[in-house]
Amino acid sequence: MTAPTSTRTAADAGAVAVRIRDLAVSFATDAGAVRAVDGVDLTVRPGEVLAVVGESGSGKTVTAKTILGLLPENATARGAVVLANKAGTAEHDVVSLSASQLRRVRGTDVAMVFQEPSAALNPVYTVGWQIAEGLRAHGKVSKAEGRRRAIEILGRVGIPDPDERVDHYPHQFSGGQKQRIIIAMALVLDPGLIVADEPTTALDVTVQAEILDLLRRVRDEFGTAIVLITHNMGVVADLADTVAVMYQGKVVEQAPVGELFAAPQDDYTRRLLGSVPRIGEARARTAERAAARPAGWAEAEPVVAARGLEITYPGRFRTPGFRAVQGVDLTIRPGEVLGLVGESGSGKSTIGRAIAGLTKVTGGSLQVLGTEMHGVRPRELRPVRPRIGFVFQDPASSFNPLLTIADCVAEPLVVHGRARDVGAARARVDELLEAVQLPRAYGDRFPHELSGGQRQRVSLARALALDPELLVADEPTSALDVSVQARVLDLFAELQAELGFACLFISHDLAVVDLLADRIAVLYRGRLVEEGTGEQVLGSPSDPYTQRLLASLPVPDPVAQAARRVELERLRALD
Amino acid sequence: MSSAVSAPKASAPRRPSLWSRLPVVRQLRQSVGLQRGMLVAGLVVTAAFVLTAVFAPLLAPYGYSQLRDLDGAFGAQQSPSADHLLGTTVGGYDVLSRVIWGSQTAALVIVVAIVASIFLGILIGLVSGYFGGWIDRVLVVVCDAIYSFPSLLLAILAAIVISGGQSDLWGGILAAALSITVVFIPQYFRVVRSEVVRIKGEAFIDSARVIGTPHLRIMVRHVLRNSTRTLPLIVTLNASEAVLTLAGLGFLGFGIEPTAAAEWGYDLNKAIADVSSGIWWTALFPGLAIVLSVLGITLVGESLNDLADPRLRSRRLSKQVAGRVEQTSVAAPTVPGGVVTDELTLPGEASQLDTLEGEDRS
Repeated sequence: MTAPTSTRTAADAGAVAVRIRDLAVSFATDAGAVRAVDGVDLTVRPGEVLAVVGESGSGKTVTAKTILGLLPENATARGAVVLANKAGTAEHDVVSLSASQLRRVRGTDVAMVFQEPSAALNPVYTVGWQIAEGLRAHGKVSKAEGRRRAIEILGRVGIPDPDERVDHYPHQFSGGQKQRIIIAMALVLDPGLIVADEPTTALDVTVQAEILDLLRRVRDEFGTAIVLITHNMGVVADLADTVAVMYQGKVVEQAPVGELFAAPQDDYTRRLLGSVPRIGEARARTAERAAARPAGWAEAEPVVAARGLEITYPGRFRTPGFRAVQGVDLTIRPGEVLGLVGESGSGKSTIGRAIAGLTKVTGGSLQVLGTEMHGVRPRELRPVRPRIGFVFQDPASSFNPLLTIADCVAEPLVVHGRARDVGAARARVDELLEAVQLPRAYGDRFPHELSGGQRQRVSLARALALDPELLVADEPTSALDVSVQARVLDLFAELQAELGFACLFISHDLAVVDLLADRIAVLYRGRLVEEGTGEQVLGSPSDPYTQRLLASLPVPDPVAQAARRVELERLRALD
Repeated sequence: MSSAVSAPKASAPRRPSLWSRLPVVRQLRQSVGLQRGMLVAGLVVTAAFVLTAVFAPLLAPYGYSQLRDLDGAFGAQQSPSADHLLGTTVGGYDVLSRVIWGSQTAALVIVVAIVASIFLGILIGLVSGYFGGWIDRVLVVVCDAIYSFPSLLLAILAAIVISGGQSDLWGGILAAALSITVVFIPQYFRVVRSEVVRIKGEAFIDSARVIGTPHLRIMVRHVLRNSTRTLPLIVTLNASEAVLTLAGLGFLGFGIEPTAAAEWGYDLNKAIADVSSGIWWTALFPGLAIVLSVLGITLVGESLNDLADPRLRSRRLSKQVAGRVEQTSVAAPTVPGGVVTDELTLPGEASQLDTLEGEDRS
């Protein structure tokens, strides 16, 4: 099709899907040029899965986008990205290709799978049309032929009844199915390489396991090489053949997956692996805490007691409401950490918000610190407010961007009359900042001048400002990098032990919850399916959903993960 | 810990001075290339307009309603000459003086119209967006209804109601300004309301509610200050619309009497008959004044709009790969029990990198 920019004999370096040589990319920003990728060398062989891992800002996505020539306008690239076609007969240097040459390479030689499947599909066209569009872009294909091939590829990525569903629109598919369709779109021209940028990050754990299976099949059946961008070490252990660890724009280590996990060479890799939470790590600490409880603790008045709790979101104009939580019973006793796990849409955040009085309770009973939340009036809620702290998920949006950190932390003190103004509260604010291990000087900064991890620390400081008896933490670490998450969780555990507040810790990550919680409650579609200590729930789960959830969770260890995969297969066969 | 705190990283980054954080000034420093050219051109034209308005009594050779000087009457429709640089109108006024004095009227109308509409618009936008419910629905419907009227028709109606169609300087200015206000309030309402609705969904409003902050404090301290971001843009665009509406009113005969103040629309109206008889100066200069003032203000507004959007904002693109790699979260090993010195991002750049990476783990 295109005139190859360079032709090499296969003997030169063996068969190679893509070879990146000394790649450097910089971006023009308001604050001057910023270098995102700095001298990266990578090689992917046909039929190999290369995982590129690293924290946000390490340059892994920019590297991946360079392979497709998808850099934004304000980027400047240097170096070579030599891309071979699947047959290995032609090679192109993507960095120096013109726009029209790039268009011909995309789709046929390299394709992309995006992070957010709902955003990557056009809602006004059928999925069949969208798959055939790739075919049409690379040659004349009749309507019938396009449809036939769309049906074929949909069947191969595991969409049931493909000849019927080919005419469906994206909103008629679930998130996991949408991601399968995106993969089908990438595969339809049979490219030699697929770049998958966080393909499972937006999906629930159980769906993630299915997509990882599919990607493995893509490698085995289609012989496609995959560049997998991810921050999840479990996903790496599950799927990758080789791993490249990126840090600050450089590849610090590249090794086969087994070798990397067994004997990491680079210091950064070791730290990264060390900060990945693993199930069962904190059993001893939990047992210690349980042993230290005073007698009669179990009979003490619970901080939170829900009986048959129901929460329904009102529907619009006579449509029935959406029942987010139904018939949930749970208790949190003083000084206890209850971990609440579930997939997206399971109602876990709704329960947290209801406890804090942000969402109306519509049925059953919810006692928080002795106040019945069902039908509570705002006036009655006021005295309860200062006794509850709340840590939000998104560190980026949980602070007023126009107030300094000190203003934000002082806000609860001022509102509840503990301090006249911010100046008077400053001593307490400094104390709180030190408690969350931030320098006092940070009080004069603005939220955007802090990193995500630092902001979550401040969020914790603000929640603890009034010495609450109960803290609700709604996915406090899920927006953070693993390494940062590890330290925020440590801090959290330390403060909890020191101040002794009760806590509802909400997360979708079983390993994170296991690290902190005394007891774990598992939610599934608004119902509580299992509750007990970490050892009971994660050690020997009794509910089939919990079993599946646990088996789907990829562990950051390639050997153990292979064993779990077999176990998951067995569970699926039972269904 | 003390050693870590005293490290240079812990010192707060130097805050830009107040001057460079002002709207317009900040954008001017931020802009490059064509966008900067547009903004500078707009600012120059607008500054000329404002200065002319302020110093009109000094700049204009004659008064706006002056028909004669010591040498006698000016005479009607005199062509440009040394005495009358831009000639005289059919009514016998000096064109140059009318154009210069007219800028004063236009500037006054802009100020009155914006001051009158901005406060009410922001107030009802804030209340409507924050509380929602039926108040919100009613206000939105009313504003939509006002939108559906041709704005000039509404302005004419308001002008008749306020002053019976004709009046003196302040009566005329108020009539024009307030009639424009009716059209502007829905615009401020819409912009502020949509910002408030967006901000209401942000987690920091939830966090204010969780600690039991009263509504008034949330509205003033958290919502209002964050929802005024697009106002400079709307103000500039409305300013140019105010000039046009005033000129339109004057042109249709609902403006200000020539003896009360100079007004470009009125002069244009009276110049209609002149155009066909080859007298070009009576129509050209007031028309040019309208076009230039509107163009200047619109250029400023459009540039502000482009610069406010990071996707439209152009930046200096380097030919070579340049810059340094930003520090991300895990640079140094953790100091046990110490402060976290290893997490440092520079203002602005962190968010930039976040968008590049496009990683959202929610």
